[in-house]
Amino acid sequence: MTDLTKLTLAEARDGLAKGDYTSVELTQAHLKSMEAHRNLNAYITETPDKAIEMAKASDAKRAKGDAGNMEGLPIAVKDLFCTEGVQTTAASHILEGFKPEYESTVTSKLFDNGAVMLGKANLDEFAMGSANTSSYYGNVINPWKGKDGKDLVPGGSSGGSAAAVAGGMALAATGTDTGGSIRQPASYCGIVGLKPTYGRCSRWGVVAFASSLDQAGPMTKTVRDAAIMLGSMAGHDAKDSTSAPMAVPDFEAALTGDIRGMKIGIPKEYRVDGMPEEITKLWENGVAMLRDAGAEVVDVTLPHTKYALGTYYIVAPAEASSNLARYDGLRYGQRVMDEGDSLDDMYSKSRAAGFGKEVQRRIMIGTYVLSAGYYDAYYNKALKVRRRIYEDFANAFGKVDAILAPTAPSAAFAIGENEDDPVKMYLNDVFTVPASLAGLPGLSLPAGLSSEGLPLGLQLIGKPFDEETVLRVGGVLESAANFTAKPFGQEG
Amino acid sequence: MSSLDKETVRRIAYLSRINVSEEGLTELAGDLTRILDFVEELQEVDVEGCEPLTSVADLTLPLRKDEVTDGNIQQKVLSNAPMTDAGCFVVPKVVE
Repeated sequence: MTDLTKLTLAEARDGLAKGDYTSVELTQAHLKSMEAHRNLNAYITETPDKAIEMAKASDAKRAKGDAGNMEGLPIAVKDLFCTEGVQTTAASHILEGFKPEYESTVTSKLFDNGAVMLGKANLDEFAMGSANTSSYYGNVINPWKGKDGKDLVPGGSSGGSAAAVAGGMALAATGTDTGGSIRQPASYCGIVGLKPTYGRCSRWGVVAFASSLDQAGPMTKTVRDAAIMLGSMAGHDAKDSTSAPMAVPDFEAALTGDIRGMKIGIPKEYRVDGMPEEITKLWENGVAMLRDAGAEVVDVTLPHTKYALGTYYIVAPAEASSNLARYDGLRYGQRVMDEGDSLDDMYSKSRAAGFGKEVQRRIMIGTYVLSAGYYDAYYNKALKVRRRIYEDFANAFGKVDAILAPTAPSAAFAIGENEDDPVKMYLNDVFTVPASLAGLPGLSLPAGLSSEGLPLGLQLIGKPFDEETVLRVGGVLESAANFTAKPFGQEG
Repeated sequence: MSSLDKETVRRIAYLSRINVSEEGLTELAGDLTRILDFVEELQEVDVEGCEPLTSVADLTLPLRKDEVTDGNIQQKVLSNAPMTDAGCFVVPKVVE
């Protein structure tokens, strides 16, 4: 019998439609795999009972001839999406035990379309991190191993989602991306991750980090799967005033396999100092594949690229310091209070005990750059540079249909590396942050292996609301790269 | 180059309402200074005549009718509170 955990979303969808297996069987196979790989810590909360119940309901729905786009397909949900009645922690101690009374728009769309939830995936605390080492609920371990056998990070912040998909613990997963949190872990775990255009998916019910950047998206095994899943996540939502009032296209139909005559931009500023040779090689291979497929490769310039990280590390913490002010020990979450404490004492103690180190650092940096006397020098300045970065892309997209770049400057690194200096960790986001600041769609797909045998991703960046081009080019690149390697030494 | 001293960090910690130990203040002063040094390079960018970009969403904020759209969910609102009494959140005494 087929190993049901090795199927893609598209294969499982077709198999369910043909009656080869039921959603209950598919779900049980994944629950077993989750149990077998618990050592990877991909999930904060497993919801096996809910999963079986949802799968049964889905099988019954299908029997009545009523099947949605994600009907019966078991997925992981990043623990940043509020799920009604199911603990939602954002990987923080401060939200331990929090059970939302409502469902996020994205998850309710997915469930309305038939998806089955297996559990809540681990992440960096409040999605702040690039290695999934800041979760209160422990590190996530990448299913891939290097030659020395050391435990590697899955990337972050959607590290649990990426590990779950790569390790056969979910057919697909939701992620969120603020500065690279879908694309970078997808690259580290050898899967596909798509950050849609800002405004494509509703942010309602997603625990907020940096509201002008946060965007939900699919993390899947293939480009086709990303197209299928995005179709069930996207769409206007009156509850999020920044969600775009636009129709959702048939993303799967965009996968024509034909990119002849399309123009692909190569930004020279992404050739950063000290970039490992194998990343340069990977990128060159990608260029050759697209050229072979009939695309025209064009040099473009994004002159403000080197300022993107600096801009991001002002804008994102500023917004975070404001968003995270809501954790006050009053309305929800952890409270720490001693006899005779004032309101301020209670706030300060609850927040000191509830937030981890990196979250505290970012709140304080954000508070500082927004404080009187520094607002113009830091925050306002960053917003102006952000416009320059945005204009760079607008100029480039006057000439090209999509941009090709590496996703990350390295393969997955060992747990514990890059922890000595917060800035070192930030450098992992150097290629993903610019598109985030400009609100553009970005897709990462596995395109090769490092000398250590670890997956490396390439990234396609598109025009606003042109996920279709990104997916079309991604599909062609995926076929050409023919990435078949699997973690755990499994055969492809 | 801006270097944060311990007193500045103490003030930021208070504004952030996060208790930090004396030892923690020293460590944070180092970390935060590193981060501020890192973002310092923005100062060299020419932004003459450039409007701050607060959002990439090219939208006018939508308006809706000013009317009540939900309510009567007191139980739900209070269900995750660490301390409640008689249908209210309980806070430490704030008035002397």
